[in-house]
Amino acid sequence: MSALAPAGIAAKVTTAFADVQAKTTDNGQPFLLVPAAALPAVARFVRDDATLRFDAVMDLTGYDALKYPSTPSSDAIVVVYLLFSYQHRHKLTLKVLAPRSECAVPTMSGIWPAAIYFEREVWDLLGVHFSGHPSLRRIMCPEDWVGHALRKDYRYPDDYHGVLHLRDGQHFESSPPRGAVPVAVPPVAAPPGAVPPAGGAA
Amino acid sequence: MTIEAMTPNGERMTLNMGPHHPATHGVLRIVVESDGEVVATCTPDHGYLHRSIEKIGECIDWPLFVPYTDRVDYVCAMNANLAYCLAVEQLLATDAASAVKVPLRGECIRVLVAELNRISSHLVAVGAMAMDVGAYTPFLHAIAQRELVNDIFEKLCGQRLTYNYVTIGGVAFDLYAQASEEITRFLDQFEREMVRFNKLITTSTIFRDRCASVAPVSAAEAIAWGLVGPNLRGSGVDWDLRRDESYGLYGQLAVRVPVGQCFAGRHGKVGDCFDRYVVRLLEIQESVRLCRETLKLLPPPAVKANDPTGGYQADVSRQLKKPPKGEVHCRTEAPRGEMGYFLVSDGTKVPYRVRCRTGSFSAAGIFHKVMRGIFLADVVTVIGSFDIVVPEIDR
Repeated sequence: MSALAPAGIAAKVTTAFADVQAKTTDNGQPFLLVPAAALPAVARFVRDDATLRFDAVMDLTGYDALKYPSTPSSDAIVVVYLLFSYQHRHKLTLKVLAPRSECAVPTMSGIWPAAIYFEREVWDLLGVHFSGHPSLRRIMCPEDWVGHALRKDYRYPDDYHGVLHLRDGQHFESSPPRGAVPVAVPPVAAPPGAVPPAGGAA
Repeated sequence: MTIEAMTPNGERMTLNMGPHHPATHGVLRIVVESDGEVVATCTPDHGYLHRSIEKIGECIDWPLFVPYTDRVDYVCAMNANLAYCLAVEQLLATDAASAVKVPLRGECIRVLVAELNRISSHLVAVGAMAMDVGAYTPFLHAIAQRELVNDIFEKLCGQRLTYNYVTIGGVAFDLYAQASEEITRFLDQFEREMVRFNKLITTSTIFRDRCASVAPVSAAEAIAWGLVGPNLRGSGVDWDLRRDESYGLYGQLAVRVPVGQCFAGRHGKVGDCFDRYVVRLLEIQESVRLCRETLKLLPPPAVKANDPTGGYQADVSRQLKKPPKGEVHCRTEAPRGEMGYFLVSDGTKVPYRVRCRTGSFSAAGIFHKVMRGIFLADVVTVIGSFDIVVPEIDR
């Protein structure tokens, strides 16, 4: 058991993968920015390398960088992988940018099975499609819900199956009052194959 | 025993457990496909308790989110408060200008309420698990003790379930007069009561055999599937954030960590339902000890609330109007395991992103794996042994 400092971990990964960049957030937290295409190889490397051995996912989440594009500079959806090694007791943060237009990232469920649930949640609330996921279904919202709620440009629906969410005269801050000129909302379409039939692996 | 051996003709029955089922600890629906008495597939269906708490976090000020953390896990609301407040304090600490130092008495009170709440939460867990497998009386004994903890909390902050007591920078109120004596008196009678509880159910051969070797999870599986807290320790992984990444006062308390070691004897396996159950009971004992230790460290109250020793609440209103930009990940040991907050701040008084990772969520993620091949009657045992609290999954 020998914990590596964040700089040592970053050096090890960036020498093995030239397109991975070591960065820090605005308040100095270190992270590695990984291109989506390189993610499976990087993840397998950090899990299997004897001195890294990141065997656990502390958290797999994300946020929409639309209104706070500084770390890293982009308007994409940032998927955050917070990894931990029970063997060496050190941590690593990976970030992957999923562009809004084609919001897809390779799944990590084959490397860390804990990602099966986490990725379902990120898909549900942020609309990141994890290609190769065994059953990428919504987990919190109903299957026919429109949009992904944690996106910063999310527009609250006025009703769900005819049940109004608000009383007369009320309106959400983010949407115009009912009866006003409707705003065209671009539908957040699931990429093909996003919703496999229910059943099978949860 | 394989599924094929049980069903020569391969017929399957679909069984809906929940969303309103007494053994699913909230509104959790589990679709079980069974081959005779054996579970073939198990598909949990979540979302019945989704209240979009993370979205609410993006719409209100930093300190106003604390009451919502109560609702993330209302069985251990003190620990849920503490997890969020520690994360915000860690965010403030990334800039020396805004760092907050919680007064020593405030730290002591935090540990005290967190451990008392851990006792009451684990009491619900072990009591409800016993009830799920058919032993009703232990549940009543456990709930009776939990009531006493709730009484203490009610005197402390006026609430019995959702406390909103731990705040950013300390706690909301000082301990009431005679609180130390009352807590000591509770702990004394509680230890006697736990002996009775263990005689009643833990040492019962029927209960032990009912849980032994059911749904064992190996240490490597537990880590890979993201199990945390007592579920992880039940599988024999020696890891507790209070000891290994200590926060607050825990560094001075030398927390002892029980791990699963096949408590059920020769019929059991490491990481089975009985190990998870016993680890919780041992953690209750440890929490009792920690409460006593903390009471010894408690400094006398000061006149000023923000006194660095005898105060209970540091002043944070200035810092929370303009916290540092950036992000932070902070995890704490709640009764259901790691409660980790990932916060993103854009430098305004409203969080940019509040992410809460909870123990029940990943425990529910392993259900479809461990349920396969067990008996239908054991499904409730497994749910009970993982100590699922549904609002924590759905948030």
